[in-house]
Amino acid sequence: MNLSFLIILPLITAIIILFVKGLKQVRTVALAGSLLQLALVFNLLFQYLKERASNTAPMLFQYDYNWFDSLNIHYHVGVDGISVAMILLTSLVVVAGVLVSWAQETLSKEFFFLLIFLSLGAYGFFISLDLFTMFFFLEVAVIPKFLLIGIWGSGKKEYSAMKLALMLMGGSALIFVGLAGVYYYTFSNNQSFDLLAIAQANIPLLTQKIFFPFLFIGFGIFTALFPFHTWVPDGHSSAPTAASMFLAGISMKLGGYGCLRVATYLMPDAAHEYQWIIILLSTIGIIYGAFATMMQKDLKYINAYSSVSHTGFVLFGIGMLTRTSINGAVMQMVSHGLMTALFFAAIGMIYSRAHTRMVDQLGGMLKVMPFISTVFMIAGLTSLGLPGFSGFVAEMTVFMGSWQNADTMYRVATILACASIVVTAVYILRAAGQAIMGPVTNEQYNQLTDARWNEKFAAALLIIAIVVIGIAPFWLNDLIGSGTNTIMNKVLMILK
Amino acid sequence: MEIMKTLLAFIVLWPLVGFLVNGLGRNYFSKKRIAFYASEQIFASFIASIIVFILIKNNGAQGDITYFNFIHIGKLIIPFAFKIDQLSAIFLLIITGIGFLIHVYSAAYMQQEEQAHYGRYFSYLNLFIFSMLLLVLGANYVIMFIGWEGVGLCSYLLIGFWFKNDNYNYAAKKAFIMNRIGDLGFLLAIFWMIAKLGTANYSDVFSNVSQLSTTDITAITILLFIGAMGKSAQIPLYTWLPDAMAGPTPVSALIHAATMVTAGIYMVARSNVLYSLSEVAQNLVAITGLVTALFAATIAIKQNDIKKVLAYSTVSQLGYMFLGLGVGAYTGAVFHVMTHAFFKALLFLGAGSVIHAMHHEQDIRKMGGLKKYLPITHITFLIGCIAISGIPPFSGFFSKDEILAAAYAHNPVYWGIGVATAGLTAFYMFRLYATTFLGSFRGTPEQAHHLHESPSAMTIPLIILAILSVVGGLVGVPESLGGHHALHQFLSPVLLTEVKYETTHSTEYMLMGLSVAIAATAIVIAIVTYSKKPQISNSTGVGKLLENKWYIDELYDAIIVKPLGSLASFLKNVIEKSGIDAAVNGVGKLVNYSSRQLRLLQNGQVGGYILLMVLGMIVIVLIWVNDGYIYRFLMNLFFAK
Repeated sequence: MNLSFLIILPLITAIIILFVKGLKQVRTVALAGSLLQLALVFNLLFQYLKERASNTAPMLFQYDYNWFDSLNIHYHVGVDGISVAMILLTSLVVVAGVLVSWAQETLSKEFFFLLIFLSLGAYGFFISLDLFTMFFFLEVAVIPKFLLIGIWGSGKKEYSAMKLALMLMGGSALIFVGLAGVYYYTFSNNQSFDLLAIAQANIPLLTQKIFFPFLFIGFGIFTALFPFHTWVPDGHSSAPTAASMFLAGISMKLGGYGCLRVATYLMPDAAHEYQWIIILLSTIGIIYGAFATMMQKDLKYINAYSSVSHTGFVLFGIGMLTRTSINGAVMQMVSHGLMTALFFAAIGMIYSRAHTRMVDQLGGMLKVMPFISTVFMIAGLTSLGLPGFSGFVAEMTVFMGSWQNADTMYRVATILACASIVVTAVYILRAAGQAIMGPVTNEQYNQLTDARWNEKFAAALLIIAIVVIGIAPFWLNDLIGSGTNTIMNKVLMILK
Repeated sequence: MEIMKTLLAFIVLWPLVGFLVNGLGRNYFSKKRIAFYASEQIFASFIASIIVFILIKNNGAQGDITYFNFIHIGKLIIPFAFKIDQLSAIFLLIITGIGFLIHVYSAAYMQQEEQAHYGRYFSYLNLFIFSMLLLVLGANYVIMFIGWEGVGLCSYLLIGFWFKNDNYNYAAKKAFIMNRIGDLGFLLAIFWMIAKLGTANYSDVFSNVSQLSTTDITAITILLFIGAMGKSAQIPLYTWLPDAMAGPTPVSALIHAATMVTAGIYMVARSNVLYSLSEVAQNLVAITGLVTALFAATIAIKQNDIKKVLAYSTVSQLGYMFLGLGVGAYTGAVFHVMTHAFFKALLFLGAGSVIHAMHHEQDIRKMGGLKKYLPITHITFLIGCIAISGIPPFSGFFSKDEILAAAYAHNPVYWGIGVATAGLTAFYMFRLYATTFLGSFRGTPEQAHHLHESPSAMTIPLIILAILSVVGGLVGVPESLGGHHALHQFLSPVLLTEVKYETTHSTEYMLMGLSVAIAATAIVIAIVTYSKKPQISNSTGVGKLLENKWYIDELYDAIIVKPLGSLASFLKNVIEKSGIDAAVNGVGKLVNYSSRQLRLLQNGQVGGYILLMVLGMIVIVLIWVNDGYIYRFLMNLFFAK
């Protein structure tokens, strides 16, 4: 399987979008392109599983091309189980995002172009094995977000777009410093950005200690590491529906992936050294996000703050440095990506009809639009970790893994983090109780229509994925486990 | 083995399929079809459960039946497996049997609902049964937890079934959140087990208890019990259950009899190996149960809502069961689960029949004299009241007696409080009975005109449950009364028996006689007091305290809900707004400000540029010329000591 197709296909789709006319043609091309992506990714998944059965190399389907000889920068791609899982998540969210944007009248060409372009960045990021190329794709994925929010957003969109872009750029700057440090201070000569070579070489301890914080905080900002999370609520709530889905479903995962793949994998000593800080910050983020959500009135803010809490589990799992917890962290990335995309989709559907997202102005939606309300409820129940949906297995795995870390303080942290499931239930059920249930508060709501085919299709796609993971998580365990093994082997060497 | 595997899969899948079909097709099927299909799915499971029961009875229990590996990470394997033994076989029968009767009853009771909601109702009922089956069949704590949460979800959906009413939604939310607090304990217990033993399978955990320290066992059992407190409505997590009355009445019957609240009892009974090893946990269970039993009984005395009285009586009876578990009478507790399922389902469905006849009036002060209008409901309800009061030979007597006898052997004070509670139980149940069915009708003439006995879909389940309430106790007749306690023998492979608590027959006779005498006296007082002149005026003093349920809801609101709300708003307004976000915006403003200042340098005046250029050149010259000689010279000049 040639991984470069994952980049070429969105590129071609984006270019075709530039040449077709009118919303109908644009969206058809975008949908066809994203469905092809999905097919390609499923093909990748099966090819990977087939190949993995016999091949124990850490990265499969590698391709290496030297594209900046003087700095030894390569276009080097390859995947393991973690990347395949993230790629799968990306392709599902892209299809759903295109479908919910079906009626995007204003500047539709530019809108879909940016959506597809964003997915290109994400794919490139997940397959890169060269740190510089990876960084390049990370930036490719940031810029469309700024435009999507600034142009098609709502509310204080200029402020939010600027805040998001600046904070993510700040994160990128930190990452860049970290990467430069790794580049210059790993090999005495023949400096290289090659992930596998660096992992093999073991970065000197001092380099790790100095540059790990840059990388972890840099990537952490992308995944709402406390206290660098404030771009999340504003960014998400101002963004148009599809952009919110992409932002929370895909972009935040770039950060979690980076924290794991780059920071922790390459610098396990430093990860162990700074473990307590990671756990402290992520525990605060989990609890803080949950409590902050309780006070929100805007559905998008509710989901955005709950994302702060939920992505906290990702960092928490990574910080615990046990096999189970790291597996759980990756599962939580997949699960949260699907769940939050579904949540934003449902909120977008409600907003586009009722023209408000305030829970106290909504009410009785279950009577008016049963389908959308059910989708909302399913997303909510996934969020509060109900068994049968993906959230439960992911959170459960993170906590089981965290508890394996026998340190008393970390157990206390686990109890605190685990207690957030109660708070989650409070805010989810409160939002659902006010917005979805209760009497119909506004006469005009009775005129509203339920979901259209494209919305139903988008929701169904995400719900199926959530339920499949929730009922049969073992295949995802196995897929991810094949990737985390490599990371764990390196971590365990340190711990011993 | 293969037969069992298939049978169990079907027992669980039928209700699930029923949920999916009715849930997705609720707009397309007729009501008749919906009700028939949902009931038939449960009936099928019931028949299969009977077969399973017979197989178990004849062949004994088998090992775990694994379907697939649910979670598989490194060495940690959590299989999706079922465990079928005597204990789960009995629960299967209770869940599917009573569940089926409630389905049939619901078909008539919910007849006025719109078709879509009718379908929604039955799909939820099916899902409820499915979750409960998963809970009792799981072969490890994780699968149990999945069912556990599913049950919580269904109670949420069904309590808030009439979602247009905000009060009902509130009750539903409260039920779910209170349960969640308990779930937290349950989850931590699972993590603890997995961290210590690497497994959550019952068989592996129980056979490896020797690897656990006393602290581990105590911690695990107490954490598990916190979960049981939430689900089985024990102090301090009981306040959701009385509010759960917001749901349709058959749902209350389902929650109180066949599913949900018995889950906690099942969990502790299932873990009896662990509990027996921790005296601390056992005492905690016993005392919590005892206090809850008494406390809830006092509240029940002053309630005027027919369903509320029954709800508090459930809390109280669950307390009895925990008392039994705590003193080591595991069989007695399971026995009481069974008889309680019969008479509590009967009482709730009877109450539903009354409410149906009264057009959704639930205040017993507005009833009275219903005896002659609702003959079948009356007689069956009376049977239920006698059974719960513990009058022989009705079922409640035997199970309650077994628990009380064990409590006496453990500590006579436990027994004393238990018997006092039994007296209170008999009193409030017959207060309820007398106010509702005896005396003269106190409702409006309009209501009197419409009073009618319920249709046969509702009365037949009542009759079946009444028969079970009468004879159900016969499976557990103790030796002292000439029986050989069939249930005890059947369950003996699963549940430990505490031999040291055996009492002599003469003591047993004395205890039985005393408790029956107290109950009978209470019944007589209640009937005499309430059949002629029901209390209608508002109470004062202690009565008012009881009427308002000891103000526990208000207390929780003041010490838990409000402070957490303030914390949340503090975090949102102070830390987030004025702290972190202000800092972020501050950085933005600082950059803006400094760039504005720097911009002033580029003011377009050539003279200024030249000046800067010259200054720059001087600096460069100073640094570079002659290896920085001038620079060093100047430095020495100014900074030399």
